[in-house]
Amino acid sequence: MITKITMDKDSLLEKARAIVNNLENGNEEDAYRVLNEITHLSEEGLFQEIGKLTRQLHDTINAFRVDSRLVELTSMTETEMPDARERLNYVIDMTAQAADQTLNAVELSLPVCDRLIQQSEVLHQSWNMFIQRKMSAEQFRELSKELNNYFLETDNDMKTLRSSFDEVLMAQGFQDITGQIIKRVIHLVEDVETKLVQLIKVSGNYAVPSDSSMPIEEKKKEDNTHGPVVPGVNDGAEVVSGQDEVDDLLSSLGF
Amino acid sequence: MNKDMKILIVDDFSTMRRIVKNLLRDLGFNNTVEADDGMTALPILKNGGIDFLVTDWNMPGMQGIDLLKAVRADEKLADLPVLMVTAEQKRDQIIEAAQAGVNGYIVKPFTAATLSEKLEKIFERIDK
Repeated sequence: MITKITMDKDSLLEKARAIVNNLENGNEEDAYRVLNEITHLSEEGLFQEIGKLTRQLHDTINAFRVDSRLVELTSMTETEMPDARERLNYVIDMTAQAADQTLNAVELSLPVCDRLIQQSEVLHQSWNMFIQRKMSAEQFRELSKELNNYFLETDNDMKTLRSSFDEVLMAQGFQDITGQIIKRVIHLVEDVETKLVQLIKVSGNYAVPSDSSMPIEEKKKEDNTHGPVVPGVNDGAEVVSGQDEVDDLLSSLGF
Repeated sequence: MNKDMKILIVDDFSTMRRIVKNLLRDLGFNNTVEADDGMTALPILKNGGIDFLVTDWNMPGMQGIDLLKAVRADEKLADLPVLMVTAEQKRDQIIEAAQAGVNGYIVKPFTAATLSEKLEKIFERIDK
């Protein structure tokens, strides 16, 4: 770094001439004295620059400390981040539950389908024999019995399949609830990102005033109004734990 | 309960609309229309012909509770039965919905049996 000497061009030239003159006249001591004067001035300039930088650094750190954006960010990392983790864990639980429910229904249904296919193949063969008049009376009585059993079993099997489909249908409800939860977490991540960008700007130019117009508490209140209740995440509001409690509450209100 | 009645299903998640639609079909209601939030639902309602409204609460644009209030404030729609199917489980919200004049309130996740039971209850009361 080149330190600017706090001296105008003319007086610098004068000092330089004095050094040359002194040296030419053999006054070395005087020459060094003038040279020292110049160095001293140069050091003074350097100290002033360092002083200014120190002051700026001090102001920046102070501005940082009182900046509400940093306060907000700290409060977000302390409260919202663990909340977000809980929410995402709940999403994992819900999706796992939905996948299990669906897979259970499928695993229950596949053997039923296989059995139906197999039985209908056997019956089809017998039926063909009957049509081609290759069936004895004894065989026909056997076929009648088989048909009767088939109808009874099919009735049962179809009911099993029907209820499996219902299970699969209801399991898809996870998408709505996890979607709402994930949207909230995305919102939080965006918030943190905005605040980090603002802080980077602040550290580049500490004089930028904070523009967060809404107090943190108010913002939290606004964020927490809606969305599914997540176990382990307490929004501070009283919640009911299921349809029965909803019904109780409503009937207490005269419903 | 008239099985031919026209039902409007309002939810921002299409999966949930499909689930409700399928469950209603299971219960014999085939005449359904859909909307993805209060803003799109309200013009459909105002056009007339809707006999029953099933709505979510938390939606972008216009929330379900605001849709309910708009329905109750509209002279022609004021008597429309409204069932709320929502993930909102806060006491204050349930009370708010009750005060706004909701006819039934179901919390997600729910079962087909719950939907059937609430429907019967709502129309039992209305048909009286």
